[in-house]
Amino acid sequence: MLAYVLRRLIQSALILLGVSFITFVLLYVLPADPVRQIAGRSATPETVESIRRQLGLDQPFVVQYANYLWNLVHGDLGRSYLQKTEVAALLLSRLPATLLLMVAAIFCELLIGLTLGMIAALYRGRPLDNALMLGSFVTVSAPQFVVALLLLYVFSVRLGWFPIGGYGTAAHLVLPALTLGILGSGWYSRIMRSSMLDVMRADFIRTARAKGLGRARVVLWHALPNAILPVIAMVGIDIGMFMSGIVVVESVFGWPGIGQLAWQAIQRVDIPIIMGVTLVSATAIVIGNLIADLVAPLIDPRIRLR
Amino acid sequence: MKKLILTTALAALIAAPALGQGEAPKHGGNMIVTYKDDVATLDPAIGYDWQNWSMIKSVFDGLMDYEPGTTTLRPGLAESYTLSDDGLTYTFKLRPGVKFHNGREMTAEDVVWSINRVVNPATQSPGQGFFGMIEGFDDAAAGKAPGLSGISAPDAGTVVFKLSRPDATFLHVMALNFSFVVPKEVVEAEGADFGKKPVGTGAFKLAEWTLGQRLVFEKNPDYWISGVPYLDSFTVEVGQEPVVALLRVQKGEVDVPGDGIPPAKFIEVMSDPAQAALVVEGGQLQTGYVTMNVTKPPFDKVEVRRAVNMAINKDRIVQVINGRALPANQPLPPSMPGYTKDYKGYPHDPEAARKLLADAGYPDGFETELFAMNTDPNPRIAQAIQQDLKAIGINAAIKSLAQANVIEAGGAGTAPMIWSGGMAWIADFPDPANFYGPILGCGGAVEGGWNWAKYCNEALDAKAAEADAIVDPAKAAERLEIWSDIYMQVMEDAPWAPIFNEQRFTMKSARMGGDDALYVDPIAIPVNYDYAFIKE
Repeated sequence: MLAYVLRRLIQSALILLGVSFITFVLLYVLPADPVRQIAGRSATPETVESIRRQLGLDQPFVVQYANYLWNLVHGDLGRSYLQKTEVAALLLSRLPATLLLMVAAIFCELLIGLTLGMIAALYRGRPLDNALMLGSFVTVSAPQFVVALLLLYVFSVRLGWFPIGGYGTAAHLVLPALTLGILGSGWYSRIMRSSMLDVMRADFIRTARAKGLGRARVVLWHALPNAILPVIAMVGIDIGMFMSGIVVVESVFGWPGIGQLAWQAIQRVDIPIIMGVTLVSATAIVIGNLIADLVAPLIDPRIRLR
Repeated sequence: MKKLILTTALAALIAAPALGQGEAPKHGGNMIVTYKDDVATLDPAIGYDWQNWSMIKSVFDGLMDYEPGTTTLRPGLAESYTLSDDGLTYTFKLRPGVKFHNGREMTAEDVVWSINRVVNPATQSPGQGFFGMIEGFDDAAAGKAPGLSGISAPDAGTVVFKLSRPDATFLHVMALNFSFVVPKEVVEAEGADFGKKPVGTGAFKLAEWTLGQRLVFEKNPDYWISGVPYLDSFTVEVGQEPVVALLRVQKGEVDVPGDGIPPAKFIEVMSDPAQAALVVEGGQLQTGYVTMNVTKPPFDKVEVRRAVNMAINKDRIVQVINGRALPANQPLPPSMPGYTKDYKGYPHDPEAARKLLADAGYPDGFETELFAMNTDPNPRIAQAIQQDLKAIGINAAIKSLAQANVIEAGGAGTAPMIWSGGMAWIADFPDPANFYGPILGCGGAVEGGWNWAKYCNEALDAKAAEADAIVDPAKAAERLEIWSDIYMQVMEDAPWAPIFNEQRFTMKSARMGGDDALYVDPIAIPVNYDYAFIKE
């Protein structure tokens, strides 16, 4: 087990190195010049060249990348080109908001997805099942922007139940978490449905029914705990999905997370911020996957870590 | 012999003066403003964005300033100034008793240090190039001298500038954010973080900055203009989509949506009387244009460029953006001094355009590319231009890219045509010179420059230098005459097809008072925080 974890950690480090390299290459070949963004439209060619030299952007690619890695292993993510603030400080100020939203959204996803999946399984083949599965298709394919604005319009503008965007209280959290929860619940409801169907066919369920237990008790006490396990393992992978999909929801709701930071940095070619956000997201994905893999054998003893 | 000048008559009025009409200003209250993008920095040497431009004006001051809501120059931290007869020496007398937010009195040394800081290459200021007329600029900008030789403080209340050439735009430069005065000891203590912890002499001081969420500015009770500002504070909330900001204005949660009315919502807002009543419209010193790269065929032929000017139906493009602009026929916007009022421009005449193309040797037209920024409404405008060009036989493929990529292609000269929307020139200061050098002069026609047409007419550059050497306010009209001629010659050579001058449409909540011009201020873009007030 320990050897496995160690091996996976080394693999993870290599993956992160790869991610940093690929991102750095992409930003290097991008036909957009960060120095122009810093120098602005009124700068003389001399000013532009002087800034390029000071940032080391006149150096060959290998030197730039080596410098970045050298600073990175010393815990230095650099300073934003445009804000001049340390990237680490910018990330730290925004990470709590993203993590909070992620946890709340996963909670919503599970709550909605598992409930609907279970109901669909119990009503298998009937109109309710078909309706729920059609619904899961719709939510999986619905654009975040539209759902977010729809919820905002109905619950904040029309009904006035929640604030229109922003951050700070539990009320602010509800709509963004619900948006992500509704959109993500489709996957969970489908997996939950098939998992539930498998379990319901199992011998121990037939036994439970045979010894005269009520339907509700069989479903909630015997079937549900077993059906839920494979779904939980998906959460780790979901963390990765969130890191890439949270940008839109963060901008609609004015949620001050790292997605918003990344979006603004990309538009202005602020390379240190883009690198920083990419590395933090990649780390989250790698850790999420690692946790999912470590949890799997606890859920299903047939899975062995090798 | 020196002559005393108190204010210049150079600048023209864009809108009625902000004060002196309507209700008397009330003191107190907190105004809430939203922006989509984060505020990058409040360092006056660095900040050059839509969001921070006017916030910096509220926290800091320069030697010169403008009447609120107008483009009329007035003295700021300087009480008065004199100009020598040769037009080369400006002597500013500072207003006594002006204090920084940390309580220390501002002196002439601070002015000298602040301007040297902007010119110092280590500061990486986007405003460095504006100070090129001051003696010793080349050495200081290259880092060969510790500061400008042409600036000195003979005593605590006097600053003297020696210029290497007379320059009629100098006073405007002294009113630019980049010339604003910062306290040396604070900048040195904070280093690169000064932009997040600014200390100035302005009407407001920064009280709170929660990164990515909000900035709170509080009234400076010791501000040197008594009775200003009117608000006790204003709060800037960032990360708010314009569409969401609009919903919050409707609910009364927000006073001013800093990014204005999003194009997609414009019709909806204007057709709802309750919302339309909150709308504020104003001009801006902006022109949207199509550039044509004059160094490469087929746009190296002036006939082709004139044909493009005649092919584009500007009225229809204005319709495409729901009438949020006025058709343009020359580079300068109408409210800019030097605008040629009686110039008719190229008529919309596809027949004549086709004939010009044939004369140039392209009877069957040609294939080319039109670059445009990829945010609404620019792709739609590019499509309208594409259709107009097709009507005279030019097949233009649209390259719709992110802003930074279009700017890169424009600078590198690889884009045959660019629609400037979303990146269009908004004047740094209200003077015709500001629309020439970087975007139409030879200096900007270099690799990476903003002169995307790569148009370089040395005779015109010489004429521009001649115009800017006229510093005598009595000859201001003569100078504007020369500038008018310059832009008429530009239209003759047709490196651009001017399309429209965009109007700004924003909103203010019903409780906000003060002249509308404060909310579409041509200088304190986008909102003049110092003079806005709450009515109730």
